Amino acid sequence: MNIKARHLKTASLYVLAIVLSLWVLAPIYLIALGAFSTSAAVYSYPLQLLPHHISTTNMSFFVHSAGIIPALERSVYVAGLSLAIALAVGTPAGYALARFKFRGGSTLQLGIVGTRAFPIVILAIPLSVTFIRWGIDDSVLGVSLAHAALALPLVVLTTASIFSGISVELEEAAMTLGCTRASAIARVVMPLAIPGLAASAIFVLLLSWNEVFAASTLTLLHRTLPAQVLAVLDQALLPFRFAGGFFLLAPALVIVFAIRRFLFSMWGVVVK
Amino acid sequence: MAATTAVRPGMTTRLRRWEGLPYWLVLPTVAYLGLFFVWPMLQAFELSVRVGGVWTFDPFRTMYHDIKFGQAFRFTMLFLVIIIPLQFALALVMALVANSSIRGRSIFLFIFILPLGASDLATGLIWSSIFTQHGYLNTVLQGVGFINRPEIWIDPTHQTRILFEVIAAELWRSTALITVILVAGMQGIPKEYSEAAEVFGAGFFNRLRTVTLPMLKPAIQVALLLRIIFAFELFATVLGIVGQSTTTLATEAWNWQTGYLNPHVAAAYATLILGMSVGLASIVARLLRTKKEQLMR
Repeated sequence: MNIKARHLKTASLYVLAIVLSLWVLAPIYLIALGAFSTSAAVYSYPLQLLPHHISTTNMSFFVHSAGIIPALERSVYVAGLSLAIALAVGTPAGYALARFKFRGGSTLQLGIVGTRAFPIVILAIPLSVTFIRWGIDDSVLGVSLAHAALALPLVVLTTASIFSGISVELEEAAMTLGCTRASAIARVVMPLAIPGLAASAIFVLLLSWNEVFAASTLTLLHRTLPAQVLAVLDQALLPFRFAGGFFLLAPALVIVFAIRRFLFSMWGVVVK
Repeated sequence: MAATTAVRPGMTTRLRRWEGLPYWLVLPTVAYLGLFFVWPMLQAFELSVRVGGVWTFDPFRTMYHDIKFGQAFRFTMLFLVIIIPLQFALALVMALVANSSIRGRSIFLFIFILPLGASDLATGLIWSSIFTQHGYLNTVLQGVGFINRPEIWIDPTHQTRILFEVIAAELWRSTALITVILVAGMQGIPKEYSEAAEVFGAGFFNRLRTVTLPMLKPAIQVALLLRIIFAFELFATVLGIVGQSTTTLATEAWNWQTGYLNPHVAAAYATLILGMSVGLASIVARLLRTKKEQLMR
């Protein structure tokens, strides 16, 4: 390839990259613009496309709308609780899949991946009937149990890949030096696994924060934030919609930034 | 591991315990998934064919004859059929840009995958701010003189228009996941393959067709399966943009459960959704079955 053609190729790649970036960034910019303006600004037409008057009026209108703050609190509790359940239940299985060859191990792995193939709808509807019987309908615990079930397959797979990335020799060395398996895990493996486990945990938080179908099916009065926003969507005013959209999006963007590297290794595991 | 110490007397019981260890470790996960995945699924089947202790097809009949069923079914299927080619083309372009040698490619890749964090509800709200009558799309179009007065984009009598608005919003949101999967797949392809093809004079599109895409087949398969499953979960994006005037299968299940308080018809919808997504997913898995020999060709 001659130099001219190579320059042309690079230039067109940049154009493509910039156009695609604008496609992704423009909606984020626009919703942020609407969220940080006044209600007069979002009701005017044409809308402003540049940040002339930045204001927190719309955001504070959203946050102080009826039911939003309690719902936000519940969302935080649900995320934390589903994280605790999913990690407590899933991490040992991830360790077992990474360290042992045992009969049924690969079948189990396949089965765990397979559960993700079932749409949320098929779980949420019967669970809402079951939870009434158990007396945990319309509760933080009920939604957390459902979210943990959704997150569990990914937690098992990602922790399995994290543990197989940690050399088994280190663990064996610790055991020959007098550690039991449990103390070898606690003193040698866990400290090395912490960054990966943290990323996996953050992913559970993201899943729970974003999940709306199960949350709104399983709750009635004690809704999580997305379920609350969905419930009042019909009557929602424009400032509420703009600010609400941004409020739901912002923490999620921060999370994606925090675990961006991990995302590729995580899907790399699934693709293999 | 523990086998080296097995010769010593008294160690056999300990060894046996090690053999059982992996099973004890996976037990909580199996129990949890059994309780919160398998059991609810069986229960959904039961709910959909058993009302008040009597076996019946009534819930399915009610679902089928419901006035919204045809519209919801058509909308969900059309959405699936149209978004797949568009989304894969877009994701492939993004992945190729991110995998090229331009400077700043990792920043571009990060930008491309940002919507991975966006929920369906947030996406619905974001795109309703764009498509609403006094929204950003009309502001821009009128600003450049393309239209004279605000166009009504979200019009329940224009189903096709609404379909494409939902597709645009979902392209924005869920292409990120496909891109991540394709990039993860591309990272597993040795650079030598493509370079060898280049040495032998293969152009860009030739290399893409004969090297990259065949090697990406497992990644494409995973992405396609997820895409199909997620299409049947299409829910809050539509509610955020158009409200209840246009519904999907998942929205109908939700309406029957939370609005009409009829878990039987809701379960019939859930069973239909499950059947269709598993059915379509297994057809795709069969069509795209990867043989090792095919890869080596």
